[in-house]
Amino acid sequence: MIIKGKVHKFGDNINTDDIIAAKYLNMTDAKELGAHCMENIAPDFVGRVTPGDIIVAGSNFGCGSSREHAPLALKGCGIAAVIAPSFAGIFFRNAINIGLPFLELADVSSISPGDILEIDLSAGRIKNLTRDQVYNTEAFPEFLQRIIEDGGLMNYVKHRRS
Amino acid sequence: MGYTIAEKILKAHSAKADIHPGEYIEAKIDLALGNDITAPLAIDEFAKSGTRKVFDRNKIVLVPDHFAPAKDLRSANQCKVLAEFAGQQKIKNYFEIGCMGIEHALLPELGLVKPADLVIGADSHTCTYGALGAYATGVGSTDLARSFIDGKCWFKVPPSVKFVYKGKLNKWVGGKDLILFTIGKIGVDGALYKAMEFAGPVIERLRMDDRFSMSNMAIEAGGRAGIIAADEHTFEYVRESLKNQGRKVTSRDIAYWRSVFSDKDAVYDKVYEWDISGLEPQVACPHLPSNTKPVSKLKDVKVDQVVIGSCTNGRLSDLRQAARILKGKKAKPGLKLIVIPATQKIYLEAVQEGLAEIFVKAGGVFSTPTCGPCLGGHMGILTEGEIAIATTNRNFIGRMGSPKSFVYLSNPAVAAASSLTGRITHPQEVI
Repeated sequence: MIIKGKVHKFGDNINTDDIIAAKYLNMTDAKELGAHCMENIAPDFVGRVTPGDIIVAGSNFGCGSSREHAPLALKGCGIAAVIAPSFAGIFFRNAINIGLPFLELADVSSISPGDILEIDLSAGRIKNLTRDQVYNTEAFPEFLQRIIEDGGLMNYVKHRRS
Repeated sequence: MGYTIAEKILKAHSAKADIHPGEYIEAKIDLALGNDITAPLAIDEFAKSGTRKVFDRNKIVLVPDHFAPAKDLRSANQCKVLAEFAGQQKIKNYFEIGCMGIEHALLPELGLVKPADLVIGADSHTCTYGALGAYATGVGSTDLARSFIDGKCWFKVPPSVKFVYKGKLNKWVGGKDLILFTIGKIGVDGALYKAMEFAGPVIERLRMDDRFSMSNMAIEAGGRAGIIAADEHTFEYVRESLKNQGRKVTSRDIAYWRSVFSDKDAVYDKVYEWDISGLEPQVACPHLPSNTKPVSKLKDVKVDQVVIGSCTNGRLSDLRQAARILKGKKAKPGLKLIVIPATQKIYLEAVQEGLAEIFVKAGGVFSTPTCGPCLGGHMGILTEGEIAIATTNRNFIGRMGSPKSFVYLSNPAVAAASSLTGRITHPQEVI
């Protein structure tokens, strides 16, 4: 799967309250949630996103609450993938389980806001088309790849039960 | 090579003869928890899967606590989804308001969690039950939905990190201060994807309520679990709590629970050892739980609101501590004091002991159990420019309301003392 989009950059420790504020947790629809993505820390963010764009953030992305509304909000506002040096435990699970593509890249410093990236997910390769650079990331372990290939945890379980 | 507590519990619940940190496993869980925020998504996914019956109706717990009593129409709908699902599936452990409590205070209180259990909850503070010597961890709604189907969950076996606390705790210093101190030392990702294990003479002397506060905030350092080995304190607590499930603790139980402690040759990623003698009450400043300072360094910080409650500090001993400071006194005029007991049982005990009267006479609000203001839900939202000191667990931007408000985190005694002066205050200053 190839993802190509424009970069939006964020810092370290972007928490789930940043991604989707708790006052919107009485909603469950991804599109509705997406309209308020990053509202507390970047009120103009949603307006700047073109579907297919990519978030590049600092370490511990998605820390805080277990709310799956966070990866849903990212998907809902059109974000196609997230790249960060590390992801918080529950966000990591949620992204795998619902099929939000993400990659762990130790050094994100050479990527700038507005850069155009092309991600080859299965190869774990990121091309920075703006800067003519290539970054390689480690492939997911086999167990996680199976969930990803099945299209998320619920399909994975279904396939193995049938 | 020996195992840590986390490894022993995960291994016992998987089909594996041996497990190692970093490995992915599937394991059978003892209990799965959801609330009014996370369970509706799970229930929807479960319905879409076409499965008709949950794997075990006695191993699922549903607690509407975040936006309950329903704060608005949408929240009422979410709560109704839980009630209907519980009815259809005959789930016994669904708690309507009136018998509801904040989930992480309620489950231990009712004896739904015991040492060596493997518990998942679609709520990040599920790690609270680590205080009982269980492996309890926060997951997402899809994980919860999957567990409804087959009672299983996938885990990446976390490496363990040990925290050893030595010395003697000062007066007004407890579990909340120890965990804030710890997060301050290692940072909000200091235990990222690790199982934290709290140990040492200070922990051995710590009361259960303080242990719950500590384990509760393991997630604020990125920990997948915050485990304290079960000991006599734990057994005493569980002997009482399991009565609610009509279950007696046997000598076989105790023997098994005792076998689930870390082996002498267990391997830790890292071991921290601190002498905490002389530690002052700790306060986490905006906007991260790791931004901690001793209370005496913050005495010029004015506060508009004080919140005492939450899954971190809404237990009876927390309320007693606050009441000791507020007895016969008045909160500073104009300051908003909100006290929220974590469960109906705690609420009733607070009424019977006269604590509720102390809070009301101090000019405070004494609320029905709810997560409410902790996550900016209801019952005390901050507007632009307002500052709160709260016994809750997170102080992220906008956590309690406006993105231009500020939250400081402390223990209940510091919060109560601050309500008297209108600024962040060491309890010894007002007692």
